[in-house]
Amino acid sequence: MKHDTAAKKRLKNNVDRYGALFCLPFVATFLVFSLYPVLRTFQMSFLSYKGFGKETFIGLDNYTRALQDPLFGDAFLNTLKMWGLNIVLQLGLALLLTILFNDMKYRMKGLSLFRALFYLPNLIAATSVAFLFKTLLDWQYGTINQLLMKLHLVGAPIDFLNQPGTAQAVVGIVGAWMWFGNSFIMLMAGVQGINHDYFEAATIDGAGRWTIFARITLPLLRPIMLYVTITSLIGGLQLFDIPYLISGTKGTPGRSLFTAVFYLFDMAFNKNQMGYAAALAFVLFFIIAIFSALAFKLMNGKEDEV
Amino acid sequence: MNTAKLHTNIVKALLYLFLIALAVLCFIPFLLMIVNATRGGSEIMKGFSLIPGTALAENWTKVMSNLDLPRGFLNSLFLAVCNTLLVSYFSALTAYALAFYSFKGNKLLFTVMLVFMMVPAQLSILGFYNLCTSLGLINSYLPLILPSIASPATVFFLRQYILSVLPKSILEAPRIDGASELLIFHKIVLPIMAPGIATMAIGGFVGSWNSYLVPMLLINKPEKFPLPVMVASLSAVRDITTNLGAVYLVIAVSVVPIMIAFCFFSRYIISGISAGSVKE
Repeated sequence: MKHDTAAKKRLKNNVDRYGALFCLPFVATFLVFSLYPVLRTFQMSFLSYKGFGKETFIGLDNYTRALQDPLFGDAFLNTLKMWGLNIVLQLGLALLLTILFNDMKYRMKGLSLFRALFYLPNLIAATSVAFLFKTLLDWQYGTINQLLMKLHLVGAPIDFLNQPGTAQAVVGIVGAWMWFGNSFIMLMAGVQGINHDYFEAATIDGAGRWTIFARITLPLLRPIMLYVTITSLIGGLQLFDIPYLISGTKGTPGRSLFTAVFYLFDMAFNKNQMGYAAALAFVLFFIIAIFSALAFKLMNGKEDEV
Repeated sequence: MNTAKLHTNIVKALLYLFLIALAVLCFIPFLLMIVNATRGGSEIMKGFSLIPGTALAENWTKVMSNLDLPRGFLNSLFLAVCNTLLVSYFSALTAYALAFYSFKGNKLLFTVMLVFMMVPAQLSILGFYNLCTSLGLINSYLPLILPSIASPATVFFLRQYILSVLPKSILEAPRIDGASELLIFHKIVLPIMAPGIATMAIGGFVGSWNSYLVPMLLINKPEKFPLPVMVASLSAVRDITTNLGAVYLVIAVSVVPIMIAFCFFSRYIISGISAGSVKE
């Protein structure tokens, strides 16, 4: 008996070594292609470095420069504006659809079909989305202007992509168009995760549809809405490809489509200021972390009041 | 009573109308893209139409004389297949090891993975680019493929998945029979994990097919361009940009395969999204 457990233990130890072995490819790749690049970026943020050639240690100079750089500030504000419009539309629409498909009075059908259709824009490469809308929104020959003119909604074609306000709005709306289906799927999964007994108990107690929604569904959905907002924030503050491509890699009209990450890449790869760009990356990371913490506090704080 | 019911039905019809309008809004840009890909440049400039034109062949010749689109397609396909295979196999292997073996460093590795799931891409991209230039990997596909071996988010998902589908007792019998650990993984664990792996594999394929930033930075030989980089280089190709039909055709070629795949796999894709959000 005693001998048996000892043998088993030895076998188990032998077996467990395989676990470490199986993780080896992951760990090796992770160290080279994930961990090292982050550490190297961090190190570069303290250097005066063009991306090639000489590296000079300059302490915190890149960081003090980043905090005083008005162009970076503008780029960050642009990012916030576009993301702000995006998340309001995206989450609002997703929430509206979630209410609709969970309504006990109307019992809407076709969830899986609609869900798939709403998700479709999210699957398409950002490059293709950007070029598609750039072409569709063209001032002279764009299909959308032709359509608006034909329906007599506008008298003259709108030059969407050449006015800062409309150009930023386009990026925000395209973002919402790409992502609302994704948020909708997550919110629906959240509703399905709510214990059905709650709804039944509330119905028996005579609560109306809206009361149930406001008092049960919405509060219990808060963690998922928080998750959607924070992931969207992390993604949204890194907004790059759509504005980059829709503005033909220039950030025009008048720098309005220059986002924070766009600015960072411009520094790194066009202006050869790799060290400064690395510092910008870390500044942006801290801002994202602070915003995420704030969003977390704000939405969790509300929960306590209920 | 009857008017109340009528009222309900009217509201319901309006709600469906809203849903259909929204679905059309999601779909119509793609429809316009496909229709316009078959119309001539001057036709598109003249006005909007939902009826396919006759200029598809002409547009194709125009595209082909300027861009090696089939080459871009094959490049994208090659990268996507490699990435999908690597991310599926190695994530499953790592997830299995993390879930079922208690070796030294297991907890640490899992924690580091969780932390890295939250690190935004722009923190590593400059260092990654720098690493690739100093290793002479510009224009090589290796940095576009190898990193798939270490995908923390996929490992995390598969670890949760395997814990819920694979009872530990299944592994005892083959072990006593003397089967090697790798054989057990290949013959028993992988088949049981297949549905979870499929979800992640499709996501991996789409992600690789659509990936733009890293290939744009690392690849500068046109014959090595994957489709998204080729699409993005469109504005520099004068001959094509003068013919909008050809522009739409290029975009359509990059988009349609994903749309077809989606028709078949939408269930897997959608379960993959919600799986990431509902964590215990």
